[in-house]
Amino acid sequence: MRDFYGTRLANGLMLGTAQYPSPAILAEAFRRSGASVATVSLRRESGQDRAGQDFWQLIRDLGVHVLPNTAGCHSVKEAVTTAHMAREIFDTKWIKLEVIGEEDTLQPDVFGLVEAARILSEDGFQVFPYTTEDLVVADKLLHAGCEVLMPWGAPIGSGLGLNNLFGLRAMRSHFPDVSLVIDAGLGLPSQAAAAMELGYDAVLLNTAVAKAGDPAAMAEAFATAVRAGQLGCIADPMEPRDMAAPSTPVIGKAFLE
Amino acid sequence: MRLQLNGASIDTQAATLSALLQAEGFGDAKVATAVNGTFVPALERADHALNPGDAIEVLAPMQGG
Repeated sequence: MRDFYGTRLANGLMLGTAQYPSPAILAEAFRRSGASVATVSLRRESGQDRAGQDFWQLIRDLGVHVLPNTAGCHSVKEAVTTAHMAREIFDTKWIKLEVIGEEDTLQPDVFGLVEAARILSEDGFQVFPYTTEDLVVADKLLHAGCEVLMPWGAPIGSGLGLNNLFGLRAMRSHFPDVSLVIDAGLGLPSQAAAAMELGYDAVLLNTAVAKAGDPAAMAEAFATAVRAGQLGCIADPMEPRDMAAPSTPVIGKAFLE
Repeated sequence: MRLQLNGASIDTQAATLSALLQAEGFGDAKVATAVNGTFVPALERADHALNPGDAIEVLAPMQGG
């Protein structure tokens, strides 16, 4: 597996921390899956409740890498300011950069994304940009300083899987040395396996696990699928063919007509 | 003076950002701050004077995907 700004991960599963039925189930999902990265966010804190403090302790206890996001940001300024606040709180250069451009699909505003990525990279951030499979945008993100690209599989929270296999395969082929993560849209473990079989280095998901009937079991299922897909890729799969080819040797077959 | 704290209008006697955090119960909480849309690092809060009408954001770790 390629590294992420010099960090080698134990596995290719990055798991979100939102929407779980309870903090205990969140922790159990991480324990059973062994996910190597937890994505987190920033929201307004109340001086009375201080709810964020308990959550932060829970995340620290997981013992995983923390990837803060700029979820919900719609402008470059908003995303850059949020990234600075996240770097101070989480004490990491990593930032999952989201600049949302369209409300129905939560599609990234790739123009704002490239600009924000350049600003943050020049300021020492290690940017994980949530992008599309567009190769031109990908190239501009790399020139802006990104060493990781995170194309969507499908719209966030949709569970539709890999909507554009051709585009995602092209991205892998086009950038053989870049760490690639499928971010968003996965609904089933088989889709995660398919992403890893394409040669992607990791998958990042949240809703598929958190909204499953048994989130911890689903997290483990995704971890197993990620491992299976990765091994399948490394093992150099056969080329598909249009016509049948008998796998059992015909030489020596009895003549029984 | 009157200002906005996380979108709510409040009256405060606090002259600086760090004094405001103390007065509003944040104490030693793990938070990040911005004033009028600009990030203010923790080390600069004590020197950051507040003005009437300032919009202060105090953010903390939360669940995210």
